[in-house]
Amino acid sequence: MPQNYGSARLVVGAHYGVRDWLSQRVTAVLMALFTVLLLARLLFSRGPVGYDVWAGLFAPQWMKALTLAVIVSLAYHAWVGMRNVWMDYIQAVGVRLVLQIFTIVWLVSCAGWAVQVLWRL
Amino acid sequence: MTELAKKRPEFRNIHAFSDLPNYRWPLAALVSGMHRVSGVILFLLLPFIIWMFDTSLSSEISFAEFKSAFNSHLGFIPGWLVKLMTLALIWAYLHHFIAGIRHLVMDINHAAVTKSFGRQSAATVLVLSLSLTLVLALKLFGVY
Repeated sequence: MPQNYGSARLVVGAHYGVRDWLSQRVTAVLMALFTVLLLARLLFSRGPVGYDVWAGLFAPQWMKALTLAVIVSLAYHAWVGMRNVWMDYIQAVGVRLVLQIFTIVWLVSCAGWAVQVLWRL
Repeated sequence: MTELAKKRPEFRNIHAFSDLPNYRWPLAALVSGMHRVSGVILFLLLPFIIWMFDTSLSSEISFAEFKSAFNSHLGFIPGWLVKLMTLALIWAYLHHFIAGIRHLVMDINHAAVTKSFGRQSAATVLVLSLSLTLVLALKLFGVY
């Protein structure tokens, strides 16, 4: 619905969501490709999958960098999705804000933990 | 003189308890709803995912801990419960992944956005995700 804020600027809703919509899809594709890559490397590894094989998958620097990109993608993807869920079902602005803050804290903490795991290896 | 039209029913609010159970759930709607539910499950289980990432990767000792969480117990959580949580994760990931690809196909290809394709592809998603979940569940609980 078009709406006037002030005297000059006409603010309309169209395409405001496109950036989030598109980034959710781009991050989804990246995570899907990563899943396929990881599964392929796991399936084509020789011998039983013990600690050495598993940790070896994440040892090269390029894999760490790629995994970092996936961690960031996951956080952003989940943020867009969870924000949509809160916007759909939670009408009270205060409650929605609290849940959105919780979502951000939850995702950023998890991402930080994952990054720590990755570079401790 | 024209006869007054019969007063039509007005719907101003959703009466959750009487209306929601009567909604029809065509397959496409079901897959879409489950896509959202699986996404929320993945979001809530994120610490569990990263705990698995951490313990399986950090050292050989933690790798052994990771295995014993499934085979015996993790603190006060019994192994079967860890397996059940993992199964929830497996289903949520598979459904979200496959239904997500369906969404991407419908975003890219205009021809895919028809009633019949919606129904067929939704059925395909359910068959694929549920059968893969079953295969992995049997593996997880040591049937083969």
